[in-house]
Amino acid sequence: MDETAIKIDNLTFFYNADEESGEAPEDVLAGVSLTIEAGSFVAVLGHNGSGKSTLARHLNALLLPKGGSVCVFGMDTRDEELTLEIRRRVGMVFQNPDNQIVSNVVEEDVAFAPENLGVPSEEIRKRVDEALKMVGMYEFRDHAPHLLSGGQKQRVAIAGVLAMRPKCVVFDEPTAMLDPQGRRDVMDIIEKLRREYGSTVILITHHMDEAARADRVVVMSDGRIVMDGAPRQIFSRVEELEELGLAVPGTVRLMWELRKKGMDVPLTALTADECAERLAEHFADR
Amino acid sequence: MLKDITLGQYFPGNTVVHRMDPRTKILLVIIYIAALFVAKSWISYAVMLVCLTAAIAVSRINLKVMLKGMKPLIFIIVLTALLNLFYGSGEPIAEFWIFKITRDGITRAIFMASRIVMLVMGTFMLTYTTSPIMLTYGLELLLGPLKKLKVPVHELAMVMSMALRLIPTLIEETDKIMSAQKARGAQFDTGNLIEKAKAMLPILVPLFISSFRRADELATAMEARCYHGGEGRTRLNVLKFAARDYMGLGLGLTVLAVVIVLARFGL
Repeated sequence: MDETAIKIDNLTFFYNADEESGEAPEDVLAGVSLTIEAGSFVAVLGHNGSGKSTLARHLNALLLPKGGSVCVFGMDTRDEELTLEIRRRVGMVFQNPDNQIVSNVVEEDVAFAPENLGVPSEEIRKRVDEALKMVGMYEFRDHAPHLLSGGQKQRVAIAGVLAMRPKCVVFDEPTAMLDPQGRRDVMDIIEKLRREYGSTVILITHHMDEAARADRVVVMSDGRIVMDGAPRQIFSRVEELEELGLAVPGTVRLMWELRKKGMDVPLTALTADECAERLAEHFADR
Repeated sequence: MLKDITLGQYFPGNTVVHRMDPRTKILLVIIYIAALFVAKSWISYAVMLVCLTAAIAVSRINLKVMLKGMKPLIFIIVLTALLNLFYGSGEPIAEFWIFKITRDGITRAIFMASRIVMLVMGTFMLTYTTSPIMLTYGLELLLGPLKKLKVPVHELAMVMSMALRLIPTLIEETDKIMSAQKARGAQFDTGNLIEKAKAMLPILVPLFISSFRRADELATAMEARCYHGGEGRTRLNVLKFAARDYMGLGLGLTVLAVVIVLARFGL
């Protein structure tokens, strides 16, 4: 499990400036270095404009580095010959499910990626069924996607990526447009993907409670990585996070406020259950 | 109101018509249209009507839905019927000012109107019972030989299937924008034609902008899923002509032959 999934070395990137304005383009990514082990679950946190989505698009060669390099399972993304191979290994789920679905039938949409890869028909059928069962949308295989709820659509989009059998899946704010139920479903699938399939998962998000489920959190701001560590470590730096415009999970916030009032409780409580337990322990000790 | 638009929609199902090879269905629609234009008599129209009704019945398409889809076409149908009504030759039955209505005119008007109605309904059958991807796959295969002439057949088919895929999404979006405008006091149902057209402008602009953004995102998502043109693509459902396809085509060609023969004998 020590294999390196992604190795980013001093990556810089800027979007080409308008020719009319003549202004120098601003760096969206200003020297990002990051190594991600295969099989790990990494959350990338950052507010809007921090460069986190731009970073994500470098992971499957949708964008190519302007400086530095990105290596995916040992393949340099700048090598055009490897582009397809890289995209097959690194699947990507986007924010808006409506803009990822290519067909009017669920199963035909899920089949889109393996079809592009030239997988034989019987094998596609197998993969489609498996992917749809994995996301719990098998019963909807002959439905029209536009009649499904947002969460269901996003699950179909995830199945469409899983049908490629990627080793790594990048989720670019997959829950931003979903209702609470849809968010829960999608997060459960992400965890299942990690647990049962051993996939490398990279979750781009600005929800702290989602990031709390990862085993490593990377915080980005102004195109740089400003924090990198386990969720517990990161979330205990409440003040720094708030300076970056990120709201810490409610449980951590509560503990932090209690500490400020002079109570000696630990900061690291990422779930409501854990928080209740710590508080109970605290009062039992007294 | 926009929910009524059913053009280009697909209603999933599992009937013989649904399972039929899209190539067969496309060919059948072409045969059907040809026959409709050859048909000149009550008998041949009746034959065509029987065929259409049978197809609708077998495919279990909701007739109400289909008739609703015809709504936007009423104007064209009425206009065509009226034009034909006044251009008949022979003895006038009724006359006023420069208009005269003849027996021939009435028959023509009826024929023309039913031709358009049946034409549209027949083509609706194709899109109602065939998923867009299957439809374009069928077209791509049928037009395959044109690839040798450097016609970008796959690309055209893809463009078409994307357009069909986006129709429901764009309708939903238009509805949303309209509601937002209505909430701010815009009125779409009142005023004369020009006022109505003007009221549509604030809908079209945001719709256009969001369509471009959508197209861009969709293209990115397709690339992320390894789309790289038609080369080396395989299919989930491979098309194979089955017995029902040969039977369907045979039946279609027979009907066409019957209609041609009827026309020959002036019927």
